[in-house]
Amino acid sequence: MEKMIKLTIDKKQVEVPQGTTILEAAKGIGVDIPTLCYMHLGDMGIEHKPGGCRICVVEVEGRRNLAPSCNSKCEQGMVIHTHNMRVLNARKTVMELMLSDHPFDCLVCAKSGNCDLQSTAQQLGVRELHYKGEQSTYKVDYSPSIIRDMDKCIMCRRCETMCNDVQTVGALSAVNRGFQSVVAPAFEMDLEKSTCTYCGQCVAVCPTGALTEKDHTNQLIRDLADPKKTVVVQTAPAVRAALGEEFGMEPGTLVTGKMVSALRQLGFNSVFDTDFAADLTIMEEGTELLDRLKRHLDGDKDVKLPILTSCCPGWVNFFEHHFPEMKDIPSTARSPQQMFGPIAKNYLAKEMGIKREDMIVVSIMPCLAKKYECQRDEFKVDGDPDVNYSISTRELANLIKQANMDLKTLPDEEFDNPLGESTGAGVIFGATGGVIEAAARTAYEVYTGKTLENVNFEALRGMEGIRSATVDFDGLDVNIGIAHGLGNARKLLEDIRDGKSQYHAIEIMACPGGCIGGGGQPLHHGDSSILKKRAAALYREDEGKAIRKSHENPYIIKLYEEFLGKPCGELSHKLLHTHYFDKSKDIEIE
Amino acid sequence: MAKIKLAKSKVDKLVEICKSFDNEGSELINVLHKAQETFGYLPAEVQEIIARELNVSVAHVYGVVTFYSFFSMVPKGEFPISICMGTACYVRGAEKVLEEFKRQLSVPVGETTEDGKFSISCLRCVGACGLAPVVTIGERVYGRVSAGDVADIIKEYQK
Repeated sequence: MEKMIKLTIDKKQVEVPQGTTILEAAKGIGVDIPTLCYMHLGDMGIEHKPGGCRICVVEVEGRRNLAPSCNSKCEQGMVIHTHNMRVLNARKTVMELMLSDHPFDCLVCAKSGNCDLQSTAQQLGVRELHYKGEQSTYKVDYSPSIIRDMDKCIMCRRCETMCNDVQTVGALSAVNRGFQSVVAPAFEMDLEKSTCTYCGQCVAVCPTGALTEKDHTNQLIRDLADPKKTVVVQTAPAVRAALGEEFGMEPGTLVTGKMVSALRQLGFNSVFDTDFAADLTIMEEGTELLDRLKRHLDGDKDVKLPILTSCCPGWVNFFEHHFPEMKDIPSTARSPQQMFGPIAKNYLAKEMGIKREDMIVVSIMPCLAKKYECQRDEFKVDGDPDVNYSISTRELANLIKQANMDLKTLPDEEFDNPLGESTGAGVIFGATGGVIEAAARTAYEVYTGKTLENVNFEALRGMEGIRSATVDFDGLDVNIGIAHGLGNARKLLEDIRDGKSQYHAIEIMACPGGCIGGGGQPLHHGDSSILKKRAAALYREDEGKAIRKSHENPYIIKLYEEFLGKPCGELSHKLLHTHYFDKSKDIEIE
Repeated sequence: MAKIKLAKSKVDKLVEICKSFDNEGSELINVLHKAQETFGYLPAEVQEIIARELNVSVAHVYGVVTFYSFFSMVPKGEFPISICMGTACYVRGAEKVLEEFKRQLSVPVGETTEDGKFSISCLRCVGACGLAPVVTIGERVYGRVSAGDVADIIKEYQK
């Protein structure tokens, strides 16, 4: 049995299991001790409590020093004060010292209003600053996806936990010592030259404006105002399940129709859906999966199994950097974003009677790696990108607010066609397990020639970091693996490398929870229940769709008939597939 | 692919050092010590190879190298001069000694003379406070050094 411990917090008797921290015990009786560096994403097993910022200090009677409550464990008979004068003064002093080396550009900072440092300073009642001292002056590091402004870093080191422990990317580390210490890539090189995958999980947890996304909204406003340009937009599945949060709506509220309406009012010529391209991805990736599976069953020894999904650009960057020897295992199918682009610029532009260079394709993504993905050279034709640029869910919310719209009051509208029609299979791409479930729906029917009785593959859903399930393809057992979060992906990859993997197909998403937890989504501020609500919203939208299997999307069928030919055919290969690069460092020996 | 150039003999030596610590990531500091002892300093290439061999990130290796003042990313001189700035040495005039070394050799702290002969660094206490102020050159320790002694000390090594 768990040993219980009795203690007193703010004159109240508390009983907690041994091992409980003072912070948790206080929370249990409704005492919310302020924190700053502390981060706890319970459902995903992510905990970060370095006790470094000292904002959460409390007084423990009999101890000389104040104790950081986030990493101090409760002890029998402790008497704790969380808000006496000594504690309040200490917290204020700590905050003032932190602010003494922080730029005062809050009015124009991208994080303003959404900044933990700002809100904690407010909560602590800091009204004047008594300390003036040295100020950090680092060069701002602009990468294609992420901007690092280390003058705003408070050394909470949450980003390091995400980058190293959760994602196992290892791009960031605390370097140097004392006042000079800063979180940076190796040799303080630019992020672009490091092993960064642009997953954006560091941005998602940064409590200040030190890590933000590269903002493309001004570019978009200019393009929308240009009468010579036809600007079309595609919206990723996960955006509709989170955008509402930026307008005070409950997490998990679906705002698909209102989002379409907002985009149309912003002035896009056509509002399309990345879900359509997700259906197209299933046609290509599913065909590739079945082809590899059949060849494997026919005894072809050269066929590469398991096949790995390739829709997540953070994941693609990860294996290019960390597992380049395995770059022929993932599907060659481009991500939905990058399938949409060439279809828009090669097919739709012709239908609309406009030139490729007069069309601007914009994507709204829950993701920061997408910003990098659309500027990769292999996705350009004579320098013109298939997708011109990508803006995050957060950027879209800002743009809607700039345009004086309140999302809540907008009418529900429908996507434009032909690239706006999608099935339930396309919608669930945004949650972990969704891509492989969508693939299973189509692959099952194509392989067996039978109709699925129940399209819900419950075994593939959930929030566990690594999941596996066996799907019965009418007598053929197909072993499926799922990983979300790159640390989990690494485990499955190491198994493949060591010849221990039993899977036929594996879905990998770089971000915990899948795209719903992407680096471009509204900030969850440590509340991981928000991610579950977003996932549930996508499955709800799937349930409500008339068509739930990608190969039954009438516009997809039409696209193959009129333009592409057949899945994995010649034109598909040219427009919808890609190849991968070895981005590891090569040590040349002289 | 970014390329790193390093002589094969150096790579082999590094691989051997890492192996002698069972390629354990937790032995990083010991590996860095040994590598610096062997090469005199820890350039980026050396850190890259250590990271690869120990299966830790280069950022982490660099973080450790920059945290400890003992580790250096610039080559030390043939005769590395260290001036103790510990409390005892400091109060007995170590700063004047340091200034004199800097003036005579025309290099700042942490750098090496152009001919590669001397480098200057500061350290905190070598445990010989009775001899303060203390200067070490390589393995040799000089006690009760005054600014006036500096020229003679340097001369010893210029033969």
